[in-house]
Amino acid sequence: MILLRLAVKNLLGAGIRSWLNAFVISLALVASIWNQSLLLGTDEQSRRASVEAEYGNGQYWQESYDPLDPLSLDSAQAVLPESLERMVSQGRATAILVTQATIYPQGRMRSVLLKGIDPAQKVLSIPSSVLDQESEEIPALIGTRMAKAAGLKEGDIFTVRWREAGGAFNAREARVVRVMRTSIQSIDVNQLWVPLDRLQKMTGLEGQATLVVMGRDVPWAGPQKGWSFKDLDFLLKDIRQLIQTKSIGRLVMFGILMLLGMLAVFDTQVLSIFRRRKEMGTLMALGFTRGQVIRLFTLEGALHGILAVVVGAIYGIPLMIYFYRHGYVLPSSTEGFGFSIGEKIFPVLSVGLVLSVTLLVLAVTTVVSFLPTRRIAKLKPTDALRGRLS
Amino acid sequence: MDNSYLIKTENLSKVYSMGRSQIRALNQVSLNFRRGEFAGLVGPSGSGKTTLLNIIGSLDIPSQGSAQVMGLKVEELSHRQAAALRNRHIGFIFQTFNLLPVYTAFENVEFPLLLQRMPAAERKKAVQDALEWVGLSDRAKSRPAQLSGGESQRVAIARAIVKRPAILLADEPTANLDAENSHHILRTMEQLNRELGATFLFATHDEKVIGYLRRKIILVDGKVARDEALSPLQPDGGRS
Repeated sequence: MILLRLAVKNLLGAGIRSWLNAFVISLALVASIWNQSLLLGTDEQSRRASVEAEYGNGQYWQESYDPLDPLSLDSAQAVLPESLERMVSQGRATAILVTQATIYPQGRMRSVLLKGIDPAQKVLSIPSSVLDQESEEIPALIGTRMAKAAGLKEGDIFTVRWREAGGAFNAREARVVRVMRTSIQSIDVNQLWVPLDRLQKMTGLEGQATLVVMGRDVPWAGPQKGWSFKDLDFLLKDIRQLIQTKSIGRLVMFGILMLLGMLAVFDTQVLSIFRRRKEMGTLMALGFTRGQVIRLFTLEGALHGILAVVVGAIYGIPLMIYFYRHGYVLPSSTEGFGFSIGEKIFPVLSVGLVLSVTLLVLAVTTVVSFLPTRRIAKLKPTDALRGRLS
Repeated sequence: MDNSYLIKTENLSKVYSMGRSQIRALNQVSLNFRRGEFAGLVGPSGSGKTTLLNIIGSLDIPSQGSAQVMGLKVEELSHRQAAALRNRHIGFIFQTFNLLPVYTAFENVEFPLLLQRMPAAERKKAVQDALEWVGLSDRAKSRPAQLSGGESQRVAIARAIVKRPAILLADEPTANLDAENSHHILRTMEQLNRELGATFLFATHDEKVIGYLRRKIILVDGKVARDEALSPLQPDGGRS
C-alpha cells in the first residue's frame, strides 16, 4: 500500500510530464479501440449488406458458373431443378440469369454483365420492381457507379448488344429506369439489371438461370444435380480476407502508436532512475530493500498506463458514443476498398474488445516500466546517496 | 564480543577498487559506542568518516574485520535484514537533507512509521510529537521546496527520531546551514540525545558540531588517530 501511495504521489508530482506520457499512451489505446471497432463495424455492415442485396442465405450456382471467368458464362445456364423452381415460384428464392453484353452509351463501347432478375422478387433488396414495365426498350436498372462510369442517368436510352444461345448477335435499345444507390460494388459496377423473362427470351434461354439466391430464412434445399450450393462462408470469404488485410494495416498503426507511447514511458523511466538516485538511496536508508525500490519505480511506470486509461476515457467515451449514434462518414477514397460498405460505418464496441486492448496496454506499459529498473538491482545504497549509479 | 556496546567495530577495513588501483578508506578501525553517546568522527575529507558511518548504518559492508550493531554483524546481514535494521533501529541525517520531494513535512516524517506498519492513530501522534520536538508543528503541511535549509534539516531530524531509534547517524548535518541554524539544529539534537537516550554519531569537520560533542574520534587516512572524551559544554560555549 505504501508503494502504491508513494508511486501515485511521485507520478502526480511529476506534473505535466506524467500527463503527456499518459496522453500519448491514451492515443494508442483509444486509436486501437477505435480501429478495431471500425473494423468490426465494417465487417458486420458489409456482411449484412452483402447478404441483403446479393447473397441471401446462400446461392445455388449452375455447375459451370465461375464469376471470375467471363468466357465460361455462355455455358453457365441451365433449367432449374424442380425443387428450386418450386422455391422460386413460392418467392422463397429468386433466379438470376447472367450473360455477357456490350452497351454503347453515347457512342462508346462498354462490356457489361446482363443480369436478369424477377421484378416481383423479394429475396434481395435490389429495387427490381422498377423493371416491371412494358415498353419497346428494355428497362434497365443500374447502380450509381455504373451510371457514373458510363455517363448514364435515368431516362437515358442506349444500345445493348448480346449473343443469343445459338451464337448469333442481336441488339436493342435499353432505357435506364432507375439509378440505384447501393454500397455493394459487385451488383453495381459494369452491370445492367433487366427483367428475367425478357432476358431469357432475348437470349433464347427460356426457363434457364445461372444462379438461384435463397431467401434469408430459407434453409439449404439439399444437393441439386448440375448445381452446386455456395454457403455464406464461401460467398463472404473474399470480404473476410479483405477485412483481414485492412486489420493488419491497422495493427501496424496501433503498433506504431504503442511504440511511441512506450518509448515515452521507457525514456521517463530511464531519466527518472538517473535523476532520482539520491531519492533511491534515501529510501534504502529509511528501510526500503532494493526489491521495494524496483517495485516502486515499476509501479510508477505502470501507473502511466492507468492514467492513460483515465485520460483515454475522458475523451474516448464521448467520441465513441457520438460515432456509435451518428456513424463515421467514410471519405470518398474508401470506394476503392473493394468490399461493400455504406457511406457511414457504425463502430461495433464490445466489453471484450475494450478490456482486451486496455489490458494489453497496461501489460506492455508495466513490462516497459520494469525493464530500466533492473539497473537498480545492482545499486549500492552508498552510491545512490552520493547520486551515483553503481 | 561485549554486548554492553551498542556499536562495536573490530579491525574494520574498507578497500575500494578504482580501476586497477585500490583505495583503503578504513584501516583496522576498532571502536566501541555505548547507548546515549554524543560522539563525532572528525577528520578531513577522505579520512573515512562517511565510510565508517555507512558501515555502521548497514548501508555498506566492511572488506575486512567486523562491525556489530545492536548485536548484529553488519557483514553477515542479508539485504532484507540490513533494511530491517535501518528501518527499526537507525536514523539517518544527511548533509543535503534528502527529504522526499513529493511528500509534505508531515508525510516525510511519517514515512519510516508507514514502513513499520504502525497503526494510523499511533503514527499520527508520533509524527506530531516529532515535529513538535524540532519546533515545526506549524509547517507540517509544507513541502520540502517550501522550507528553508534549516527547516528542511529539522524535518530530516524529526524523520530520523520519529521511530525512536537507538542510533542516529548524522553525516555533515550542518554543512548546508548558516551558523544560527547550525546551532539551533545541534541544540535540538543534544536535547533529543538527553531526552531519548539515543546514541548520536556524527561525521563532521565543522567546528560548530565539534563544540557540542562529548566524544571526538579523529580519523586520519582511515585510521583512528585519537579518541578522546570531551568535557561538557558550558552555557558560554566553552568547556569546563
